[in-house]
Amino acid sequence: MLRFAIRRVLQFIPTILAITLILFLLLNILPGDAALMSGDARDKGVDPRFVEEMRKQWGLDQPIHIRYLTYLKNLASGDMGLSYLRREKVSGLIASRLWPTLRLAFAAMLIAVVLGIPLGFYSALRQGTWLDAFSMVGAVSGVSIPQFWLGLLLMFFLAVKLPFFPVSGYGDGDLKHILLPAFTLGVGYMALLARTTRAAVVEILTTDYIRTARAKGLSELMVNRKHILRNALILVLTTAGLQFGSLMGHTVVVEKLFSWPGLGSLMVDSIFQRDIPVTQGCVLLIILVFLLVNLAVDLLYAVIDPRVEYR
Amino acid sequence: MKKISILLAGILLCGFMVGEALAARPGGTFHFCAPYGGDLLTLDPHKGTRTNDMLVMLNLNRSLYSWDPEKNRPRLELGEKVDVSADGLVYRIHLKKNVKFHNGRRMTADDVIWSYERVMSPKTASASARFVRVIKGTKDYEEGKASKISGLRKIDDFTVEITMENPVDPSYSLHEVGTAILPREEVEKKGDGFGFDPVGCGPFRFGKWVKGSEIVMVKYPDYYEKGKPYLDKLVYKIMPEAASLDMAFRAKELDATVVGSTQYPVYKADPRFSENMVEVAELFTRVMGFNPQYAPFSKKEVRQAINYAIDSRLIIQKLLKEKAFPCVGFLPSTSPAFDPRARGYEFNLPKAKALMKEAGYEKGFTFECIGTSGASAGVVVVEAIMPFLKKINVKVKPQRLEGAALSDRLRKMNYQAFIWSLSSGAGGDPLQALYRWHSKNPSTAGNYIGYNNPEFDRLLDTAFKTRDMSKRVDLLRKADALFRKDAPVWFFNYNKAVIAHQPWVHGIKPVAVEMMYQNMADVWIDESSPRAREK
Repeated sequence: MLRFAIRRVLQFIPTILAITLILFLLLNILPGDAALMSGDARDKGVDPRFVEEMRKQWGLDQPIHIRYLTYLKNLASGDMGLSYLRREKVSGLIASRLWPTLRLAFAAMLIAVVLGIPLGFYSALRQGTWLDAFSMVGAVSGVSIPQFWLGLLLMFFLAVKLPFFPVSGYGDGDLKHILLPAFTLGVGYMALLARTTRAAVVEILTTDYIRTARAKGLSELMVNRKHILRNALILVLTTAGLQFGSLMGHTVVVEKLFSWPGLGSLMVDSIFQRDIPVTQGCVLLIILVFLLVNLAVDLLYAVIDPRVEYR
Repeated sequence: MKKISILLAGILLCGFMVGEALAARPGGTFHFCAPYGGDLLTLDPHKGTRTNDMLVMLNLNRSLYSWDPEKNRPRLELGEKVDVSADGLVYRIHLKKNVKFHNGRRMTADDVIWSYERVMSPKTASASARFVRVIKGTKDYEEGKASKISGLRKIDDFTVEITMENPVDPSYSLHEVGTAILPREEVEKKGDGFGFDPVGCGPFRFGKWVKGSEIVMVKYPDYYEKGKPYLDKLVYKIMPEAASLDMAFRAKELDATVVGSTQYPVYKADPRFSENMVEVAELFTRVMGFNPQYAPFSKKEVRQAINYAIDSRLIIQKLLKEKAFPCVGFLPSTSPAFDPRARGYEFNLPKAKALMKEAGYEKGFTFECIGTSGASAGVVVVEAIMPFLKKINVKVKPQRLEGAALSDRLRKMNYQAFIWSLSSGAGGDPLQALYRWHSKNPSTAGNYIGYNNPEFDRLLDTAFKTRDMSKRVDLLRKADALFRKDAPVWFFNYNKAVIAHQPWVHGIKPVAVEMMYQNMADVWIDESSPRAREK
């Protein structure tokens, strides 16, 4: 398994190189000059000296290939560069925003797993009942509802009409500030997990080994726990793992709506401000998390299913 | 006699009670918003560039001058009085002696000189250098030819003499937050960290900054205005989403909020909110600019015809839901040089048709108009004017761009027409605002339409040399009238900036330079606030 993991990690290198090149080119050919924008807030007139100085400081007066090579060289030594506008290290900036995003993503995933898997599981066991119909209607709605709208609804009912939660903000990082954004973010994933679990369980229920397990007199609890849930978990875990990777990139809307100081809102701000080093850093980190989570999911297969072998 | 005495006593008592009710109440916490485009970048005023940063920094710092929202012009802030030389070049400013920085040290003339030198230093790379450049000797200083700014002289600890490069009023430049007076020792001690842990001489001192979420500041007890600030604590919530602002305001989590175009008609119709709204014609003018290099727009008659053909008032009423003021000329009604007798283009279709005929474009033409998704000056407005222009056989092809891309194309004059909101204040100074259209001002610096009228230039150049303010205003009014007559743009609207506040809030003012530039030293909350006793 170790050899497999090392091989997969080595495969990251060309992937990341290709991503940095595409990202660098895309961001640098986008219309909109960072120096001009930085010196001309709300079109109040620009100071050419300021623009010239900024271009020099940011290295924008260099040819694009030199800039790319310098970027790669710095990246190899762990230096993501300096933010154009904030004048601080991108790595430090990202580090300060990573924790709130991770907290939000974990909380959303927790909500999705804790509610989604049991919902899907019991729907499958009670196929055709009102519980099944109700939970699957809920699951379809959960997948379909736009995050922005759901967030606004939750805000309106649970923060404005019934003031249980604060409308937005990070507060002191307390539970009451995270619940609404985490639920908004987690509902879609919860629905997806519920549907995946249900489909997996329904399929397993028709297999011979379940019939055998019941025939040999195992209790329903034992059948459910040992034979159904454990087998269904392979598919569910793959889905959950892949979702967690994409979840990092999907926090943008929720972070903006709830003024959550995470990586998503930093990335959006930096795109609009043409703060190229910060945008590059954020995108790179999100991709890296995605790759690592995928690897972790692959490795976990062997833990859950002993039949899986890595060569 | 007895009855009269009782009556008088009653009147006095009522007066006393009313006075008591209106008297500013100290204490409490105020939740405000920083609503423009995401997190703050820095709290170092000399390095700040964005409005969102500046509106917060305004209350941590003070500049030599400040904007007076009642008189719509700058006033001396850190000085007691100013003596101006007969030629209008030398300003001797007698500083207030009770101004203290948040570290407890008294502010002196040295701090003023050092702060301006820091702004001008290439090391700082300050976007606010353009404001200080009105002072003599700044050019040599920033080019490294001089070690001091020759136009700045310390007379004594509390008197500073500023010599100007030209006879211009420095107040319009030196009221900008980017020219705030800072304590040298703190800036040098903290280095780059000063932007995250600032020290100023404003009414509030820095508390904490939860990145991307909020800025907390607390009352500075040694602030130089006696009894101010009233508030114990001021919190700026960083909230770029209009929908979240609306929810937070409804939930009473915000004491005041900026009102966007979507919320404006809803708030206006709701008596809970409409009674507590402050509106102002902000110094931003929304126009559709015509590129004179595109043949039809080189003709004045065509440009005028477009202005006559569109019913701007109807669009403001129906599309913008009255969240704008109709344009008269380029200078808004809150500009000191606005001419109240002037009249803008009225909706007059027959006149528009006659002008098109006169220009030889009776059969019309087609043009492309670029704009953003902005509700008040974006592509949606272009779509609204299409039926009007169709009546003079003009077809418009709207093209939506993102703000940065639009800005890029305007600077290169790579368009046929554009729609956008342009600053018509430039620090509140109408001369600077109109200078945008001076032929010597390139498109890269704001003359996006390449406007070139020698008579207009002459009026501005004369105004520049004129010290008599009323004569200067006359010249600027003539220049604005000439610009209006030339119609190089379609004059659409002036931004109606609106702040809604909770009923317990007092002291929010209509600030024309930027509505969110609220001087929070003047704001107080009464007992009915849920945060009236929160420290």
